[in-house]
Amino acid sequence: MIDYIKLIALGIIVLVAALAANFARDLAYQVHALLILGLSFGMFIWVLRGIDEPRPEVDTSGYMDGVIRAGVVATGIWGVVGFLVGVVIAFQLAFPALNFDWGQPYTNFGRLRPLHTSAVIFAFGGNALIMSSFYIVQRTCGARLWGGNLAWFVFWGYNLFIVLAATGYLLGATQSKEYAEPEWYVDLWLTIVWVAYLAVYLGTIFIRKERHIYVANWFLLSFIVTVAMLHIVNNISIPVSVWGSKSVQLFSGVQDAMTQWWYGHNAVGFFLTAGFLGMMYYFVPKQAGRPVYSYKLSIIHFWALIFLYIWAGPHHLHYTALPDWASTLGMVFSIILWMPSWGGMINGLMTLQGAWDKLRTDPIIRMMVVSLAFYGMSTFEGPMMSIRAVNSLSHYTDWTIGHVHSGALGWNGMITFGALYFLTPKLWGRAQMYSMSAINWHFWLATIGIVLYAASMWVSGIMEGLMWREVDAQGFLVNSFADTVSAKFPMYVVRALGGVLYLAGGVIMVWNMWMTIRGGARAHAPVGVPAE
Amino acid sequence: MDTYSFLRELADSWVLLLLTIFYLGTIVWAFRPKSRATHDEIAQIPLRNDTLPCQNNCPDCICKTAFQFKLEERE
Repeated sequence: MIDYIKLIALGIIVLVAALAANFARDLAYQVHALLILGLSFGMFIWVLRGIDEPRPEVDTSGYMDGVIRAGVVATGIWGVVGFLVGVVIAFQLAFPALNFDWGQPYTNFGRLRPLHTSAVIFAFGGNALIMSSFYIVQRTCGARLWGGNLAWFVFWGYNLFIVLAATGYLLGATQSKEYAEPEWYVDLWLTIVWVAYLAVYLGTIFIRKERHIYVANWFLLSFIVTVAMLHIVNNISIPVSVWGSKSVQLFSGVQDAMTQWWYGHNAVGFFLTAGFLGMMYYFVPKQAGRPVYSYKLSIIHFWALIFLYIWAGPHHLHYTALPDWASTLGMVFSIILWMPSWGGMINGLMTLQGAWDKLRTDPIIRMMVVSLAFYGMSTFEGPMMSIRAVNSLSHYTDWTIGHVHSGALGWNGMITFGALYFLTPKLWGRAQMYSMSAINWHFWLATIGIVLYAASMWVSGIMEGLMWREVDAQGFLVNSFADTVSAKFPMYVVRALGGVLYLAGGVIMVWNMWMTIRGGARAHAPVGVPAE
Repeated sequence: MDTYSFLRELADSWVLLLLTIFYLGTIVWAFRPKSRATHDEIAQIPLRNDTLPCQNNCPDCICKTAFQFKLEERE
């Protein structure tokens, strides 16, 4: 019976997609309609061929790990894609000639930049969060994922969202909201997927066999709930036509700007911080083989983060049309946030108390510790930059970009690499990763890459800020904008090279994962053990 | 009074007070007496359940009693 309903639904989708492709008012919408047409037509045939066939029994006696395996593979692949696009646009900034004439307008910096940010944040980070949250919630609840194949819907639906978003950027569909560029129909699709994600997650918590809900689940649940709220409010828009991708925002002026940065900063706070802290609170104790240093501190960390983060957004709008009280509020809450953030970092680091020797012998723990160190550094740098006086120097300069990357490459990237190295052997039943020395290589390439990136952006950003505000004795500006651009050239090259190192580390990781999945573990002494 | 002014006044008076009390309450709650044993127990969760534990839903379940016993023991 359900197959017939599926066939009818898919048939309707095929029809509507065909109409949409015909009536499409712009290229991005047309390509998306054809994509949906192809996908739903393929699924129609697939359902049709399997109709009234006996279904293979699904073994529900263990955890549901298939979808997590798919998520691990997707995370690795999207990671390398995102880093690669990042390297390309870094070189485009250093050498504008790389905006090739033959690729216009599809491959210019303006279109590739959102492709890079979405690929690393939503494709790499999002897949990492979804797959690891599915892993964590099952293990900490002692229950199989709720909802059966709904988890697969979440995985494929989310990745379809990413493909729609990414192709849309290249073809020119954007609503010009940073980190929320996808147009209205892509936003609607993500909303559906996200509700399914919440259902799977909450359902699993409801059927748990453990009495208590472990703190990692609190963080991950807050990430899911808050991102749903942020996504819906920031994407309230009216499509110009149902047959076109263009839409108009409901809010305008400073209200729109404030909504955008309420979204933008909480995307950092709940997507890139709370979600990844959920990963940290599970994988660090797991890899160290010890419980978290202080469970009390983790509770306080959680509630402090929830209460403070949501107010910090206005610090993105210092010296704008935003009222002073609002930007002061944002600045004060950003500074208060420093303490719980460092509490969380200390909690993670101190989990290694009594097992510090593992830092020498276990490259995965080392990755996690460095990620916590970068969490601490960027959560110190962030509040400092939110102070109005500092912001007047740092805003609109490369310092901001450096700050974001020390958080994203250092904290989010490294903790995800640690989680991938933890999960890959476990999920494919191998003793350990194929090559421990490759993890070591990855660690050093990534760390040196981040250091080059952050340092060059500090120099470039502060120099830029100082050049912009430099006035002569008569009060005239000394430098033109183009002067600052040419002065930044060496730093841009260094930044791009840092990106190349980070990308190389990612490629090594994917190779290592591939070899681990393909075959058995190679016998290897742990790295860093001195000869006896 | 228009909606904006009403919400604004509500937000920076009663709601602010309630949220602050809730936040301070969570800290007091975390430090309540005798919470250490509970917290130590919860902190152990990631270190177990590497394979799916008994779901107590098979018809001839024999671990049901054992599971309940374990729960009582924990309390």
